[in-house]
Amino acid sequence: MALIAFGLIAAVVILSAVFVIAARNPVHSVLWLILAFFSSAGLFVLIGAEFLAMLLVVVYVGAVAVLFLFVVMMLDVDFVELKQGTLRYWPFALLVGFIFLAELALVWVAGIDISMDSFDPSPGADTNTEAIGRVMYTDYLLLFQLAGGILLVAMIGAIVLTLRHRPHIKRQDVGKQTGRCRADAIEMKDPAPGQGI
Amino acid sequence: MTELSVTHYLIVSAALFTVGVVGIFVNRKNIIVILMALELILLSVNLNLVAFSVFTGTIQGQIFAMLVLTVAAAEAAVGLAILVVYFRNRRDISVENVDLMKG
Repeated sequence: MALIAFGLIAAVVILSAVFVIAARNPVHSVLWLILAFFSSAGLFVLIGAEFLAMLLVVVYVGAVAVLFLFVVMMLDVDFVELKQGTLRYWPFALLVGFIFLAELALVWVAGIDISMDSFDPSPGADTNTEAIGRVMYTDYLLLFQLAGGILLVAMIGAIVLTLRHRPHIKRQDVGKQTGRCRADAIEMKDPAPGQGI
Repeated sequence: MTELSVTHYLIVSAALFTVGVVGIFVNRKNIIVILMALELILLSVNLNLVAFSVFTGTIQGQIFAMLVLTVAAAEAAVGLAILVVYFRNRRDISVENVDLMKG
């Protein structure tokens, strides 16, 4: 039963991956990418790696794919022109792909012998999430912190790269705003009756 | 192979990896699709890590898969930011002229 489910989901994963690289419209590519991530999450669930599956849905489908979608839709690119002449790359690409597959098949022929006895998605705990948490916050604490650092650097980098100060645009200057005092902001006038200032 | 085994996952992962590599070669003009192909490759790596982690009964592979996920998200964010800046400067995203950005 699990094998049938695996076959179906795996077929969806690989087919949608093919459509990601073959679709004419990049928006369609992104949508196929979302399907590929979603069904890969299904593959994770099949062997009990539930936490990673949910993480895949949240991080990839919820953040990365939406980011791609935003960029694809905001950039005004002539994708038809980009697509021209890609046909001549296919033979070479397929050759490279075939070599890759052949090499990976060699690894398979060599044989990977893992007995099913050691199958356990959550060693040392009741649930998969608990098993990950027990190890991640103790043995791999520094690695976990490093991941946070990577995300911080990526965030600052993306902001610095894309932020631009255009001229002729009024922006709020907080320092100037809070630096005002009563003396230079208010001026007392004593206008004579019947005349302007 | 009547039961779900690590080999099944390795086959899917290998196929996914190959599709990603072929995608980089095929769409060599369109950098957005190249980034998506990179995401596919990282996904296949994650599939391998998780499969080995589960079938050998060790949790470390899943921890590492999480780190790969983090790096993939960071890479996508920075890559797309560079892409946006490049598009602003040149009004197209053809990879062939990227070396004009030099200096």
